[in-house]
Amino acid sequence: MNKIITTTNFDLYYGSFQALKSINIEIPEKEITALIGPSGCGKSTFLKTLNRMNDLVPGVKISGEIKFHGEDIFAKEMNVNLLRKRIGMVFQKPNPFPMSIYDNIAYGPRLHGSPKKTELDEIVERSLRGAALWDEVKDRLKKSALGLSGGQQQRLCIARALSVEPEVLLMDEPTSALDPGSTIRIENLMAELRRNYTVVIVTHNMQQAVRISDKTAFFLIGEMVEFGETEQIFARPVDRRTEDYITGRFG
Amino acid sequence: MMKARNAIERAMQTLFFCCGIVSIAAVALITVYMIISGLPAIREIGAVDFLFGQVWKSTAKEPLFGILPFILTSVYGTLGAILIGVPIGLMMAVFLSKLASPRVASVVRPAVELLAGIPSVVYGFIGMIVLVPAVMDLFRIKSGTTLFTAVIVLAVMILPSIVSVSETALSAVPREYEEASIAMGATWIETIFKVSIPAARSGIAAGVVLGVGRAIGEAMAVMMVSGNVANMPKLFSSVRFLTTAIASEMSYAGGLQKQALFSIGLVLFVFIMLINLLLNAFLKKGDRK
Amino acid sequence: MNEKLSPKREAYNAIARALIYLCAGITVLLLVALIAYIFYRGLGNITWQLLSTQRSALKGTIGILPNILFTLYTVFTALVIVLPLGIGAAIYLNEYAANQNMVRIIEGATETLTAIPSIIYGLVGMLFFCQKLGLQSSVLAGSLTLVVMILPTIMRTTQEALKTVPASYREAAVGLGATKWYTIRTIVLPCTLDGVVAGAILAIGRIVGESAALLFTAGTGYVLVTNYFEALQTSGGTLSVMLYVYVSENGEFDVGFAIAAILMILVLAINFATKLAKKKLKRIG
Repeated sequence: MNKIITTTNFDLYYGSFQALKSINIEIPEKEITALIGPSGCGKSTFLKTLNRMNDLVPGVKISGEIKFHGEDIFAKEMNVNLLRKRIGMVFQKPNPFPMSIYDNIAYGPRLHGSPKKTELDEIVERSLRGAALWDEVKDRLKKSALGLSGGQQQRLCIARALSVEPEVLLMDEPTSALDPGSTIRIENLMAELRRNYTVVIVTHNMQQAVRISDKTAFFLIGEMVEFGETEQIFARPVDRRTEDYITGRFG
Repeated sequence: MMKARNAIERAMQTLFFCCGIVSIAAVALITVYMIISGLPAIREIGAVDFLFGQVWKSTAKEPLFGILPFILTSVYGTLGAILIGVPIGLMMAVFLSKLASPRVASVVRPAVELLAGIPSVVYGFIGMIVLVPAVMDLFRIKSGTTLFTAVIVLAVMILPSIVSVSETALSAVPREYEEASIAMGATWIETIFKVSIPAARSGIAAGVVLGVGRAIGEAMAVMMVSGNVANMPKLFSSVRFLTTAIASEMSYAGGLQKQALFSIGLVLFVFIMLINLLLNAFLKKGDRK
Repeated sequence: MNEKLSPKREAYNAIARALIYLCAGITVLLLVALIAYIFYRGLGNITWQLLSTQRSALKGTIGILPNILFTLYTVFTALVIVLPLGIGAAIYLNEYAANQNMVRIIEGATETLTAIPSIIYGLVGMLFFCQKLGLQSSVLAGSLTLVVMILPTIMRTTQEALKTVPASYREAAVGLGATKWYTIRTIVLPCTLDGVVAGAILAIGRIVGESAALLFTAGTGYVLVTNYFEALQTSGGTLSVMLYVYVSENGEFDVGFAIAAILMILVLAINFATKLAKKKLKRIG
């Protein structure tokens, strides 16, 4: 299996606080990798490092390497905007722009090129179908995205991320703000996405990790304790701390 | 003892209530006075002749009281000031809320506030000394006291309102919108122009309307730079605004002429009230979101 | 992978960024140039003779002492009236008003007052205070006009200060058996002092800079009156009004620059004082 993202001895500091300690992980292509662990363990920080969203946080320092297709994402020649086009992101709280549904999806394509109207229409339809939202919104594409339900908004955000045809989709607890029904729809959607995209998902919900992911990494106070097949991590964890966590001894 | 206490308590409550309704009384008083003093001349001259008459000759033997020149001058002058002041003010607000480091912002923001504190006569005076000759030389015209000169002065004067209202609106844009845009691969600048500014548009619109109100109501500064001639407005000729029409003749006017000046005041007052309604509509829209 | 943004995007970013910095630069430069120019032309013209005498037609000299005094009288008179009124109104809105409709109407009216241009205040002030109440063109009529104009400023700043007083203070006092007025007088009002001071400073700034509202209410008098109560009934031009008169009607540009420089010094001082008051307010709030 191809490794699309690899990190070597990756450290990250917020000022003098070390948030990530020597992370070594190889993320496989076109699979779903789940990052689990208690709050504050660094899993979200790590996720946001993969598309360099941490650049926005003042006082962040890093060392070590993260490679995407074998290229250092922190290299000077690396254009961070084009990196983010190829590594898309879906946030914890649905955050559609205060624009129409159509304009939300068209935002990325318009940004990265100047598509014709017909091309744009196609992209919008394809992305919305890809996020299993097309049938629900096709008659109100010009209506504000803020009028959608929470679950629909989150799928819209997934469709927005898909619109620029990324290779990797980073998802930061994408269902934690949603009701159970919407959660199931998004989980089903992820099973579909897996065919064409590499997905890295942070989740608080261990059942969710079991249901949807191929690989699981367990984080604890800035360290990656264990990484392996999801089945193995949950059935036969190697590390004592992983076992304590998944059996619910702390959380 | 208890009784005295209650009496004091009741008296104070009444007193505070009276203070509270002073502003209602003031608005009522102003409105009533504007209408009572403004209507007679309009009735005598005729609403159409007054509002759409193109000639103002208040001191002629057979006086003419057409205020269309003043109305149009005020409208054009305000539009011009908005056209120049809004882009500059908006960019300044973007700079303060999105680009400047906290240290730089803490120096520049007071500078903008200072601009708001400068008296309008000072703006008028400096405009008269610096801008008027400059306009005269630059455009090779006989007199530099023009609508254009007034527009520049007004643009500067409305800057602070536009900057401060727009900055507040821009700072209130949820961080999530901007993060979503960055995560799509947009640069910070692209994010500001394509997400933050559109998201703040009703607040920015409120700033623009506030600027319109300030510009249309300004009197002394434009009086000193616009030449004060009752022409139909042309960009490079001397003009008279609604406000300056009142101010320039009030000291010596009498009879119908004086009443006509009050009528101009009423027209200005109606303009301001309409703008105020618009402003509240925008502010409410901003609140809802 | 090591590609660059398209030239079109690069250009968009560069131009937009340049525009932002350009506009910010223009604004700051404008202010600096304005202040520098006024001081350059004005400071030299502020002479002792100008500050300490009144205009003399006989000697052909100009002095602004009467106008400095008229400015002080106007500031003092307006503040003495507007402060209790504005603070009282803010207390009513914040502490007493039970009827939310009433609050909304009062706040709406206050906002409307903010929007009305000073020339309209001048007109109504002239009709009501000067003619109806028979005050003529006088410092008192001008001050009363300004009271209405700056009432919203005082109300707003006081209300903001009142809102920073924790409800627990009031509850504690009421719990000890204090009446509402006693609570306000001893607990609430002292806490709002800095807010009131900040509002008063802002109001001074508005009064000192005002011209259109005063032109027809306080007039353009320039005769020295040292007795305050006599001055109240006299027509008296404040510095801003006289700047207009001297420049537009008499063409006395040197005097104009001197007054402009004095006004700028006042504006700078008032701005600085507001900052101080706000800082203090924040520390307490």
